[in-house]
Amino acid sequence: MIDASPPADERGVSRRLVECLVSLLLLGVAALTLWDSYGRGAGWDGGPENGFFPARVGWILAAAALATLVSALRREESVFVTYGQLRLVARVFVPLALYVLAIAYLGIYLASAAFMAGFMLTLGDFRWWQTALAALLVPLVVFWVFELQFRVPLPKGPLEAALGY
Amino acid sequence: MDNLNQLLLGFQIALTWHNVAFMIIGVLLGIVVGVLPGLGGPNGVAILLPLTFGMDPTSAIILLSSIYWGALFGGAITSILFNIPGEAWSVATTFDGYPMAQQGRAGEALTAAFTASFIGALAGVVLITFVAPLVARFALRFGPAEFFGVFFLTFCSFIGMGKENKAKIVASLALGFLLAAVGLDTISGDLRLTFGASELMKGFDFLVVVIGLFGVSEILLTIEEGLHFKGKRAAIDLAVVLRTWAALPRHWATLVRSSVVGMWMGVTPGGAIAASFMGYGLAKRFARDPERFGKGEVAGVLAPETAAHAAGTSALLPMLALGIPGSATAAVLLGGLMIWGLQPGPLLFVEQKEFVWGLIASMYLGNVAGLLIVLATVPVFAAIMRIPFALVAPLILVVCAIGAYTVESSRFDIWLMLVFGVVGYVFKKLDYPLAPLVLALVLGDRAEDAFRQALLGSGGDLSVFFSNGLVSTLMILGLLLLVWGPLSEIGRRLVRRLLPGRVASASP
Repeated sequence: MIDASPPADERGVSRRLVECLVSLLLLGVAALTLWDSYGRGAGWDGGPENGFFPARVGWILAAAALATLVSALRREESVFVTYGQLRLVARVFVPLALYVLAIAYLGIYLASAAFMAGFMLTLGDFRWWQTALAALLVPLVVFWVFELQFRVPLPKGPLEAALGY
Repeated sequence: MDNLNQLLLGFQIALTWHNVAFMIIGVLLGIVVGVLPGLGGPNGVAILLPLTFGMDPTSAIILLSSIYWGALFGGAITSILFNIPGEAWSVATTFDGYPMAQQGRAGEALTAAFTASFIGALAGVVLITFVAPLVARFALRFGPAEFFGVFFLTFCSFIGMGKENKAKIVASLALGFLLAAVGLDTISGDLRLTFGASELMKGFDFLVVVIGLFGVSEILLTIEEGLHFKGKRAAIDLAVVLRTWAALPRHWATLVRSSVVGMWMGVTPGGAIAASFMGYGLAKRFARDPERFGKGEVAGVLAPETAAHAAGTSALLPMLALGIPGSATAAVLLGGLMIWGLQPGPLLFVEQKEFVWGLIASMYLGNVAGLLIVLATVPVFAAIMRIPFALVAPLILVVCAIGAYTVESSRFDIWLMLVFGVVGYVFKKLDYPLAPLVLALVLGDRAEDAFRQALLGSGGDLSVFFSNGLVSTLMILGLLLLVWGPLSEIGRRLVRRLLPGRVASASP
């Protein structure tokens, strides 16, 4: 069940911290770009070299990231996300990451069934047969639509191989 | 007259049985997409785009643009019944729409919203019918420098007109450009920004990025809110519809004003959101008793919906005529054109007459079909919001994962979707705008090509961007738009200093 009541303590991750982290990450992206572009040539060689454009954009990104960093340091402190909200987000995000990992090993059909069931059991209050039905129907419908109707192959794992697909 | 003949030809194409069927399926899917949290216009179109790879381009764009119309209609349902704007441009609709629903006038509010959407969209389509061919014919004379000028103007107007922190808009745009640059460079044949990773060789596909940025992140944001939708019930019967329609002529001035504002803001990119607020603001300013706004005034629903849809539709004008999308969804549709093997740009009107006019005709038909369908099916779609989130969320996420995979049959793309989901979540919470990122990602390669071709032609002389009246005008307009924000900010501060008190109460 989702705890719908607002958390008693409104403490959470600092917004200024996240703003600064994002600015620094963007600066890092800009630095990587500049390093890569100047490494291949960002100048002029009978025409613009292939690093010319990315390097200019890299400088612009660096400037923008610096500006956001400065304004982040000067802004008033507020809460980016409360710990209660973060816990809720994690309850969606962690299963999602596991799901993506499972697709690599089990194929998308088994992984989807497990994901649906896990999600409905942990976050919802369904009867067992509703959960089972959803976990069974979703992969079957997906299989029918994609593999049979549109002939788009989706990632498959050992079970599908054993069944001859 | 020539345009009308072409339009008739378009109707012949759009009115075939399977195209009408696609239109209806598209509108229905679009309403679902617009109503569900975590799915919106750009994301819904992006997920379905891979399924259309094998289709005839005209049918494919009719299906996808109908999803767009449906999503525009669907956004109004959640705004009015649940006070949850499905899309950013339906925020202004909640101001008066939700109070009306609270007073038990939900049917009236919904009818007004849908009809206003229809009128706005119609205004946009008429604009496209008559102006887009002219713009395209004019643009046939464009060389690379002029095209770069148009790109430049587009990006500058994003920066200048955007409501967010300017540095964040620039960062978002720049990040989009860099993501677009990753992978094989088409002119030199070199690999750029891959750092030796073979997964990055093919670059970042904008569809995967859109699915992550708009889909996964939206689910994360929705769960954060705690999730307890308290909706108002609505039933629309014919009497309510007719009564609301009978009252519409009284609001003709609001409708015309909002349509014009919407059309103008839609052609200049990034407009639908601003247009809806401007439409609302104008209606309030010109109203006889502005006091009633915010408490359930019909004009307060009509104005933003008309403007938002006029803008959303007009956003397709630069996409068709110049190959430059005016919104995130238009950017995804433009990406679709390239995937179907069509070269976006002014030549489309010459070489792909059937496609262009079939699409334009389908806009008329799609909006008529959309209005009828949405009026008939509101209770069904309002019920979708009552399906428990613990069932809807994993479904949407499974669909997102499949959508990300099918773009290029790559498992790595599913991981990318997850990463961009987190990026989208953080960016949205920090008010980094996402539309510029998507736009730059879609247009990045073409803007760069235009830039490099123009410079190659001139031997590296930057004065090529000011070499004739046309390109100079574009560049100077772009630069003006770029500084428009700071200038108007300075102006506002001056006013505030001169007239303290009065302005402070007017600013939100």
